[in-house]
Amino acid sequence: MERLRKIWEFLFGILRMSLRGGATYYMWLGFLGVLLLSGILAYADQLRLGLVVTNMRDQVSWAFYIGNFTFLVGVAAAAVLLVIPAYVYHWKPIKEIAIFGELLAISAIVMCLLFVTVDIGRPERFWHLIPGLGSLNVPSSLLGWDVLVLNGYLLLNAVIVGYMLYKAFHKEEVNQRFVVPLLLLSIPAAISIHTVTAFVYNGMAARPFWNASILAPRFIASAFCSGPAVMIILFLILRRVSRIHVRDEAIWKIAELMAYAMFINLFLAGAELFKEFYSRTEHLVHTRYLYTGLGDHTTLVPFAWASLICSIAAFLLFLVPSTRRNEVTLVLGCLLIYTGVYIEKGMALVIPGMTPDTLGEIYEYAPTVTELRVGAGIFAVGFLVFTLLCKAAIPMIHRTYASEEG
Amino acid sequence: MSEHDRNSPTSRRAFLTAAGLTGMAAISAAVAGSKPGFVENLLARRFVELTPEQVQRRLDEVRRECEERFGREVDVKSTKALEGVVFGYGLDLSRCVGCRRCVYACAKENNNSRHPQVHWIRVLQMEKEDGIDLVHSTAYYNPEKVPEEDYFYLPVACQQCRNPPCTRACPVKATWQEPDGIVVIDYDWCIGCRCCMSACPYGARHFNWSDPTIDAEAVNPDMHYLGNRPRMRGVVEKCTFCIQRTREGRYPACCEICPVGARKFGNLLDEESEIRYLMHEKRVFVLKEELATRPKFYYFYAT
Repeated sequence: MERLRKIWEFLFGILRMSLRGGATYYMWLGFLGVLLLSGILAYADQLRLGLVVTNMRDQVSWAFYIGNFTFLVGVAAAAVLLVIPAYVYHWKPIKEIAIFGELLAISAIVMCLLFVTVDIGRPERFWHLIPGLGSLNVPSSLLGWDVLVLNGYLLLNAVIVGYMLYKAFHKEEVNQRFVVPLLLLSIPAAISIHTVTAFVYNGMAARPFWNASILAPRFIASAFCSGPAVMIILFLILRRVSRIHVRDEAIWKIAELMAYAMFINLFLAGAELFKEFYSRTEHLVHTRYLYTGLGDHTTLVPFAWASLICSIAAFLLFLVPSTRRNEVTLVLGCLLIYTGVYIEKGMALVIPGMTPDTLGEIYEYAPTVTELRVGAGIFAVGFLVFTLLCKAAIPMIHRTYASEEG
Repeated sequence: MSEHDRNSPTSRRAFLTAAGLTGMAAISAAVAGSKPGFVENLLARRFVELTPEQVQRRLDEVRRECEERFGREVDVKSTKALEGVVFGYGLDLSRCVGCRRCVYACAKENNNSRHPQVHWIRVLQMEKEDGIDLVHSTAYYNPEKVPEEDYFYLPVACQQCRNPPCTRACPVKATWQEPDGIVVIDYDWCIGCRCCMSACPYGARHFNWSDPTIDAEAVNPDMHYLGNRPRMRGVVEKCTFCIQRTREGRYPACCEICPVGARKFGNLLDEESEIRYLMHEKRVFVLKEELATRPKFYYFYAT
């Protein structure tokens, strides 16, 4: 009973802390609320009329929703880039802030699951995917595996974060023997969500654009850029608006790691482009659709080049120590990386894989307003989860470290 | 008003209680006000797991639904695969004139949605100069008269692969290969994730992006549960070699309608069948053989 009461106190405390804030805070929550409401209304339309309200058709049967899903699986990896230096190398400056990586992971996975949900034609049948209850097709279906690893990763992070915050809330000592193995487990778990998501595409021999062994390594390399980009911006904001102390060395170290990850990502992309353009097989048509367009069909071309230019520019900014230490160029680099990877791991991955389709038809896809509104609504949910969790976590974390230092 | 008042626990608790109650009321209203059979459908089991009695009950339900919807008698059956039969298809490219009668006969036979139009057969027009070349083909040719001098035609539907990538990709086992080689879909189990469509190298699978529509007088009342019974929005469908006909010894509709006799059909296990004859006497090939999907749909040039 005592424990139950403490859990109730904790949950209630979290709610109280996350809902208390100044005018700016409420305006931010209100803004997210408006986006969320618009998303819900758009999704209601989709439920009423079917996926016909999107611009997806038989030729391009996965698009904006699945592109966002794929990108966000990458963001969820951010935690790992913090957990590794913190708990494998015991680097203190990052250890203090590693929990924010876990919070971001939770928010990103929630968005992933929502993007998959809005993409399916019969959402009320989602329970067919639950092992035991439905008929999850493992080991043969990669999407089946993805359901398992994504939910497993969500659960893992929820347990870690829930435990650490619970202990901090009640000012109790964290049992390192319980939490450190879980944190270490989150490293292979994060790699697995990327790998399995990459394999969903990679395993399809029908789609030569995706059927490249380099896809999973590229997923991981680009994820190690996009997730931390969000983290850095968050840390810079936290330093301003809260009493959380994020050291410069921690941020510079993350930016440095991002530069290496981006180099590997660009190198792998280059290797792929070389193979396609030098061998000039029939399969080149998808890469050409992306970078040069096919005849009048050029919707993706500006985005493809924007992504490439953003990624290269950010790589250079983070490679040079003076620009990654300057706050302005640091933020600029983060935004460039985020944009670059959002395009690359989203639309620029999904759409060319299906254009032209397997029988050679070109259907040019661009999202409808409904799709954009649903997408924005899901991002609002993600930001909402992240904001509320951070709001609740900050004072507790601050208290813990303050007492350690004192 | 002080900040404490605004966030007082009482008002917050009252708000949460009210929100919770409203949510529950909304759900129960949605359940109570739903169409008859909605809750049953929600909790339906996979077709292959049903006992013979449950199958019969399910067939009756679907028949009743159809009769209510179209106001006419229909027959919904679940004829099983025949022993010693594996179906195969042959298509003579030198005869096909690209008239697309097969496309429309198929849609009619299989109760496909008329608006939006769902077609299981796609006829590709190709230039004689280039030979078979999918990337440069088009399905949207529209001349006064076919065939045109410089073109030939390649109709594509489900290739009924022996090694189907689509069934492997399905996360909920809603599609599988039957003992007679036909790849079918349980429309009541499909979640509409479209993995199978991404996995199919032949563009054979089609999704119901909106409510399929069909006029009552156009309905084909001879229905198979795993085949041409009317589908619902949000699920995938495809060619089933006209399972409702072929399991009863009839030809598929496309085969029957073809005015030039380009389409052949039969039992691959029967050495006397027409399909085996042409495989022996002519030279057949399959599409995208490098993917090792091993289709049971063969193309050949008879002349």
